[in-house]
Amino acid sequence: MAIGFLDELINVPGEWLRAEGPESDIVISSRIRLARNFSGFFFSNILEGEARRQLIEMVREAIAKTSLLKESEFFYNDKLTAVDNEFLVERHLISREHAREKRERAVCLMKDEIISLMILEEDHMRIQMLQSGFKLKEVWGTMDTLDSQLEKSLPYAFHPEFGYLTACPTNVGTGIRISSMLHLPALVMIKQLSKVLQALQKMNLAARGMYGEGTQATGNFFQISNQITLGLDELDIVDSLEKVIRQIIGHEREARQALLKSRKFRLQDQIGRALGILKNSYIISSNETMTLLSMARLGLDLSLIGGMNTRMLNELFLLIQPSHLQRIAKRTLSAKERDIRRAELVRERLKSVELA
Amino acid sequence: MLCNLCGKNDASIHLTEIVNGKAIELHLCESCAQEKGAEFSHQFSFGDLLAGLADLAPITMSEAVRLEKCSTCGQSIAELSKSGRLGCPDCYKNLQRSLLPIIKRVQRSTQHVGKRPQKVSAKVKRQITVRELEEKLKKFIAQEDYEKAAEVRDEIRKLAAEKSRTSENSSKESGTKEKK
Ligand SMILES: [Zn+2]
Ligand SMILES: [Zn+2]
Repeated sequence: MAIGFLDELINVPGEWLRAEGPESDIVISSRIRLARNFSGFFFSNILEGEARRQLIEMVREAIAKTSLLKESEFFYNDKLTAVDNEFLVERHLISREHAREKRERAVCLMKDEIISLMILEEDHMRIQMLQSGFKLKEVWGTMDTLDSQLEKSLPYAFHPEFGYLTACPTNVGTGIRISSMLHLPALVMIKQLSKVLQALQKMNLAARGMYGEGTQATGNFFQISNQITLGLDELDIVDSLEKVIRQIIGHEREARQALLKSRKFRLQDQIGRALGILKNSYIISSNETMTLLSMARLGLDLSLIGGMNTRMLNELFLLIQPSHLQRIAKRTLSAKERDIRRAELVRERLKSVELA
Repeated sequence: MLCNLCGKNDASIHLTEIVNGKAIELHLCESCAQEKGAEFSHQFSFGDLLAGLADLAPITMSEAVRLEKCSTCGQSIAELSKSGRLGCPDCYKNLQRSLLPIIKRVQRSTQHVGKRPQKVSAKVKRQITVRELEEKLKKFIAQEDYEKAAEVRDEIRKLAAEKSRTSENSSKESGTKEKK
């Protein structure tokens, strides 16, 4: 059952890559994650055996009673293969930590991939909502409703001082982690990103790179998120992030215009070379592909290249990831085989793309 | 959150590393991140880092306090330092004294505001109300609005009286609190 459902997902880009919604040329996605734990159970790390199974069933029953998760699919981890798990991680539907857990755990997914729910991750339950474009307030609205629906049948662990109790004190209070994925190639190019990072630091916000196969940030993607979860209410956190992200969007747009004005040839050269490699390589790593696709995306945003849309390009960012390549191939591939398949896929998909 | 390396500046760069198949989180300030550059590959564990935090925390973190066990799950702050995780929701109550400085360091606040469950127990509800009233009281006193402050104080007294009239359980609880 798991296999069929996941195979269907491969034919559609994840909702967060749809390139729809406000500011979606710069803001790839808006994500909110809520951590919730239940009183009467040890935290996940020391919870064992029967209690784990009990907790999973309790959540499964609670899910069945909500209106928002009526159409969801529920997976126990023993039904998910290593490639399935990696596939869900690449689509940002479960965390790496959850994928690695060998003991009882479960995942609940909506087919549109907007909502996913991890059971027995670091916390007993983590609800995630992920949407394309810049719409944190809207996402929080739905999340709030879903959380209230689940609360009706779950014994949330709550403390009057510390709020929602979490396994790690870094999440206690609201248990909320709000983040946006931003594509900031121009700020990186004109070396202004450190200024942005400084501003974020002052506001207790965090920036993190998006990772490919290795550990280095690739593709000029940055995830901006709140660090503090206690002492601020959810809407305040949403507001402060929105304000900052709006400023970053403004800076990125200015940087893009500055590049067009003062360094157009160099910019065109970089984008043209990136396209040249993408369209003509026969072996390519995921990191290199991400970096070059980021240039192509900038070219597309600035109308310097044509012959495809942002959604197709976004989809490519996902399809070149290891387990996506393997799901398309319908078998396990070695790293070398993946590099060959990846180059093939990219050549095929970018066939009609040309410099404008 | 403070930088895991210098422990002085706020961390603004957050990295996840995969070492021997384990994901490791690293929080760095900008200057340390630049300085360390390529050295990220050397072994770090979240537990060690949190241990670092705990060690930086005020004097209250004596060895006895570090090893004090939660009466529900048997875990201690020493284990939090190792794994980065508490053992159970009750740890927040049972190990509150030693957790407070850690929470304050990580979160800069120790009082939750924002959403709360609809169906919290009467006891928790009353605690929340009292806390909110106390905040109000502070504000009115600061504003030198003594009339309103007196009203709020009366409300707090009323709630306190209610509390002593209700179940044995909650009076036991407030007993342990007063001992601290
Ligand atoms: Zn530092
Ligand atoms: Zn405990």
